[in-house]
Amino acid sequence: MKANSEISLMKGNEALAEAALRAGMQAYFGYPITPQSEILEYLAVHGTKRGAVILQAESELAAINMVYGAAGAGARVMISSSSPGISLMQEGISYMASAEIPFLIVNVQRGGPGLGTIQPSQGDYFQATKGGGHGDYRLIVLAPASVQEMADFVFDGFRLAEKYRVGTMILADGALGQMMEKVVQPPMGSLPLAEKPWATAGKPPSRERNILTSLFIQPEKMEEVNLKLQRKYREIQSEVRYEAIQVEDADIILVAFGLAARISQKALELARHKGIRVGLVRPITLYPFPSAILSQIALSAEAFLVVEMNAGQMLEDVELAVRGEKPVHFKGRMGGMLPSPEEVLREIESIAAVHAANSELIS
Amino acid sequence: MPELKPTNGFEEVFRKVQTLTDTPMHYCPGCGHGVVHRLLMEVVDEMRIQDKTVGVAPVGCSVFAYQYMNIDMQEAAHGRATAVATGIKRVLPDRYVFTYQGDGDLAAIGTNETIHTVNRGENILIVFINNGVYGMTGGQMAPTTLAGMKTTTSPFGRDIATMGHPLKITELLAQLPGAYYVTRHAVHTPTAVRKLKKSLRMAFEFQEMKKGTCFVEVVSNCPSGWKMTPQESNEWMEKNMFPYYPLGDLKVPKVRMN
Repeated sequence: MKANSEISLMKGNEALAEAALRAGMQAYFGYPITPQSEILEYLAVHGTKRGAVILQAESELAAINMVYGAAGAGARVMISSSSPGISLMQEGISYMASAEIPFLIVNVQRGGPGLGTIQPSQGDYFQATKGGGHGDYRLIVLAPASVQEMADFVFDGFRLAEKYRVGTMILADGALGQMMEKVVQPPMGSLPLAEKPWATAGKPPSRERNILTSLFIQPEKMEEVNLKLQRKYREIQSEVRYEAIQVEDADIILVAFGLAARISQKALELARHKGIRVGLVRPITLYPFPSAILSQIALSAEAFLVVEMNAGQMLEDVELAVRGEKPVHFKGRMGGMLPSPEEVLREIESIAAVHAANSELIS
Repeated sequence: MPELKPTNGFEEVFRKVQTLTDTPMHYCPGCGHGVVHRLLMEVVDEMRIQDKTVGVAPVGCSVFAYQYMNIDMQEAAHGRATAVATGIKRVLPDRYVFTYQGDGDLAAIGTNETIHTVNRGENILIVFINNGVYGMTGGQMAPTTLAGMKTTTSPFGRDIATMGHPLKITELLAQLPGAYYVTRHAVHTPTAVRKLKKSLRMAFEFQEMKKGTCFVEVVSNCPSGWKMTPQESNEWMEKNMFPYYPLGDLKVPKVRMN
């Protein structure tokens, strides 16, 4: 048990901002947008006096390019926004992927498309996990499901970004950003700063000049860079993380991330009460995606139910992993609406009924 | 300056500074970029600040500036150079940071970043090359293209009524309190080259004082984009560009440098 003094009650956005300072974040560039402005506000109060550069930029476009400059100069840098702002940042994200500049980006998602709504959504899954901007690149994507994970994943995000020289995204949503929960903050200074011999901090006589660029005009050279990035993304597959709950005896496997996973876990409990054997796989890394565990479970389970706060985006990755071995069903809500545990339970019950009928036919 | 030594009866009159690489420049004959690159790197060499200087290259003809300058550099997205430079300078406040940008980069797609960077008074140097045309993409109309000037996208001449006025971004920036030193130069004559170098040296030295943004415009020619010989382009520039973009200081701090 943690002592009470170490436990605080914080909003997800604030817990994340505090964790960033404890993780040794040296610079943050932001622009106000609901539902994540508390990150910029918290850092405006606490960041500068704790030695970090905190700057409100004139636009998301400028902010992400400030990240390019600061992270390229060797600093540990974070940026945050919500869906429409993340769209604006895609240019800089793509450039940083090519120039291999490590950074941490937080997307506290809201409903879309367009200006959409300020209510929570998971509608940016494709954008987050498939690249987002132009060109062949990926981000490591971490999906928190609690305020505690909003804090913890900041540490993982910086560590992974610097280990692989890639961008890491924390893909949260408006509810996780706004809700208050208990959180135990990791201690200060527990994430040592990585050596960055590639950084553009001024060329001493002892080394060649450092150039950070995404321009490789010769196709042979560009392909070399592409192949190098792809090798890195293959290496990153070893960082896959997921949580598996009661999958051993399960007939129906729920697959959900973030807030939808918490809702699904409640539905799992309700279903188990009714004697339906349900399990849950919660991908924690959305890229790399935990395909292997889903392929393996497909051999024993009877059916899958993917639950998301979108029109069915992670669904496609689950279908790819299951490869038609078992039926994959989907339950989603959009536009800032959340599926209730009861809604998910009804879906489970109808799948169970079909499954039972099929079993009778076979026997 | 390194000491000049006579060799084999010949007197050494010029030496390439070690802050320039040996890579041959890709610029067209008669273009001003090469001269401005050299002046910048001479200043870095003479101030002995190679290890403390970080440059930001733009998108445009000078997109490959980092191939010629022997210093740490970042290549920015189109128009975003001053935002990138802001990021560098904020985390490394004791470094000398400069951007090198053309008119399309700085005064069209990057106008927002340019204005806000200067308005924040970021302690960086912005070098602005204004030749009134998009050179890299083949001579399209730029925000600074003169009225009536023909380009591939204003084939009958820039029509003010439909295409707007040539943007005097330097005059606009000089009004901002964050701007510390704003000046306009050219590199068409040896005298002009000497004056520009003096200004660049001042602009680098001002960075140490952390008083605001230094902005040095260079009105330049574009023989290829303008479809002229280098000599014709310089004459055309003097006759047409200088009246609209007059050379000289727009804002000079009242300080005496040691």
